Amino acid sequence: MMSGGPRRESRYIRRKTAAPKTGDRLALGHGRRCCRSLQPRRSSRARRLAARLRPGVRHGLAGAAIAGLCAALLGPLASAQQPLVVGSKTFAESYILAEIMAQLLEAEGYEVDRRFGFGGTLVTFEALQAGAIDVYPEYSGTMQHTILSSGADFGSEAFAAEVESLGLDTLQTFGFNNTYALTVTGNTAQRLGLATITDLVDHPELRFGVSHEFHERSDGWPGISGAYGLPQTSFGIEHGLAYRAMLEGDLDVTDAYSTDGDLIRYDFVILEDDLSFFPSYFALPLVRQTMQPRVKAILNRLGGTLSDARMRELNAEVSIERRTFADVAAEFLRERGLVADAADPRPTSTLVADLIDNTIVHLKLTGIAVAAACVLGVGLALAVHRSRPLSRGVLYATGLLQTIPSIALLALMIPLFGIGQVPAIIALFLYSLLPIVRNTITALITVDPLLKRVAAGMGLSQSEQLRHVHLPLALPHLLAGLRIAAVISIGTATLAAFIGAGGLGEPIVTGLALNDTTLILQGAIPAAGLALAAELGFELIERRLVPAHMMASRLPS
Amino acid sequence: MHEIIEFLGVSKRFGSVSVFDRLDLAISTGRTTALVGASGSGKSTLLQMINGVLVPDDGRVEVFGSPLPESRLAAFRRRIGYAVQGTGLFPHLRIDANIGLLGKLEGWSDAKLADRIVELTELMGLAPELTRRYPHELSGGQQQRVGICRAMLLRPEILLLDEPFSGVDPLTRDEIHERFAELMRAEPVTVVLVTHDLHEAMRLASELVVLDGGRVLQADAVQEVVERPATEGVARLFERLQ
Repeated sequence: MMSGGPRRESRYIRRKTAAPKTGDRLALGHGRRCCRSLQPRRSSRARRLAARLRPGVRHGLAGAAIAGLCAALLGPLASAQQPLVVGSKTFAESYILAEIMAQLLEAEGYEVDRRFGFGGTLVTFEALQAGAIDVYPEYSGTMQHTILSSGADFGSEAFAAEVESLGLDTLQTFGFNNTYALTVTGNTAQRLGLATITDLVDHPELRFGVSHEFHERSDGWPGISGAYGLPQTSFGIEHGLAYRAMLEGDLDVTDAYSTDGDLIRYDFVILEDDLSFFPSYFALPLVRQTMQPRVKAILNRLGGTLSDARMRELNAEVSIERRTFADVAAEFLRERGLVADAADPRPTSTLVADLIDNTIVHLKLTGIAVAAACVLGVGLALAVHRSRPLSRGVLYATGLLQTIPSIALLALMIPLFGIGQVPAIIALFLYSLLPIVRNTITALITVDPLLKRVAAGMGLSQSEQLRHVHLPLALPHLLAGLRIAAVISIGTATLAAFIGAGGLGEPIVTGLALNDTTLILQGAIPAAGLALAAELGFELIERRLVPAHMMASRLPS
Repeated sequence: MHEIIEFLGVSKRFGSVSVFDRLDLAISTGRTTALVGASGSGKSTLLQMINGVLVPDDGRVEVFGSPLPESRLAAFRRRIGYAVQGTGLFPHLRIDANIGLLGKLEGWSDAKLADRIVELTELMGLAPELTRRYPHELSGGQQQRVGICRAMLLRPEILLLDEPFSGVDPLTRDEIHERFAELMRAEPVTVVLVTHDLHEAMRLASELVVLDGGRVLQADAVQEVVERPATEGVARLFERLQ
């Protein structure tokens, strides 16, 4: 399994244009480390800081000129006082590197706000550009293939020029290169005397099974088998299964990330890429140019401190020995002499307190979003339902919103509203509109025409017809729409953790990074419980408001 | 004879189909006038132009001595009771709420509303316990009685009935007719009744308007129409309807 996931992301924000739908799944797909560690610290302090941070104010729509003036006047002062925001992506290696940077900066007297677990390159990069975070660990290959439109090689002038044109700055690489690699078991390596990929050429009997993506990518199996003239054939297999098959002797060679901690756990050997076929994925701190020089200098001290093997060990300490990111980072910094003292003991929060905290945030996110969507959606439906073209337009527009992949919509919110709860609520609100608007419009335009005629004919004014006849008759479907919106929202809100909004997605995101089922369940079970509670709650509301014979659940389908 | 409803040169088209072409017709105060004719003769369209549910393309309809108001149409319509074929009852409201809806909107006190509902349901022969039920829990005949009660709640000056007694068995219908006649004796009102049932028309109405293809063949007292049909068409219509 993959500890670092830079490669797998590279498909989904190609050139920063549209993000394919699979983005969130890809982001979730890698980085399965397990560790019963504390979550990376994202305390109530962090949330309070988030409120202060408000990148949306600086970079948002409103008052650019005023904001600019204020920034010019207050900028130096503000930057001295504001905490440095360190971000990470959703896999363990990214958490570890981010934690190392955070602790080093803290040791140098900076206040640090940890915003870990952003949903993939797209979101993290947007957060950096929008000023919502100040630094995060990125990979040279991901920059080359995903972020930069030129696709220039890392280290080239074109690469540097484009990074500069984006207002960014790459700091010293940590040293290791987390790229694709081919791996065999220690036994196989010893038995056949395998050290390099070239050595494989002499063993056509070896059985190759590689992850599906590697099997298809041009810089994966098709490329490398051609470059080295490998005589074997290969088939696609789920990555976790490939490791298992290797251990059981059913498979001889598979692909891996070169810093994967599991390589240590299973005593797998990486075969040297002696023809340098695989592109390099050096990890480095990515910052904006405006970052204070002193901070850059501090982070540059991390340059070259981590070899492939050492990074693999750190990953393994988190994934296999189940140590916390904070512990692993602190130990590394001490060992390198980068910090003098032991790191501060982390405030430990209890499971119940976390659960309550996360549930409250989750309810807040979904509650506000669905309530706002209800008011606006029903209002919109009432406003347009008499006109067929208008109704159609509104339904198309809300339907279109629904087709935007949730993680992409969340990412699109960042430049406008920054990170945290505000953009999450807005995204959830947009998602909730369709079921509410659609159900309300449909219910209103399908009210029995005879009843409409009677209501008008007997002397009810327009508003009385709506209030006493049309809306009550539409209510079962309206409530059904609300119910769908609420349940979808509760589910989707778990993704809000990817943009730092917290909620029950927080333990899920961290748990996914760590392959920690317990942690995942700490988010997933309450989320499922909330969805169930929402179902039941709306059923109760329906029972109160709708006569039994008109309840949607009893309507013939 | 005072005329409470007048059609003056009224034309009405639905798309390219002309239903009425420069129709003139007057309906007298205090009488029960039945609009009869075969399906498609335009009788229901005529009725719906009285309370403005349908608007003439040409000409005008005058009710209470003046054209239909363009604003405050709702207030105007509350002077006109309206009951339609099928049930027309609101399925989400219990029977008492269906009957009492307009009273509630008029701001009547609960007591006044309850008294009026009792009065009407008794006249129409509806058992008190039925008023707590929903429309779908009542028989077709019971629902029709409720429809009449609802239309009469505000003691309107005109009552428009669009085939309100169709679709029930003859025995039930006879009983409803009786009850309705009793109600009309207790609370006299100008009634315009659309029906395709000539027996019903002759039983309840004093005046007949015979329509065919959007034309008035004859408008006169019932007896007059029966004894002296104005045209062959009327005579034939009677034969057919009978």
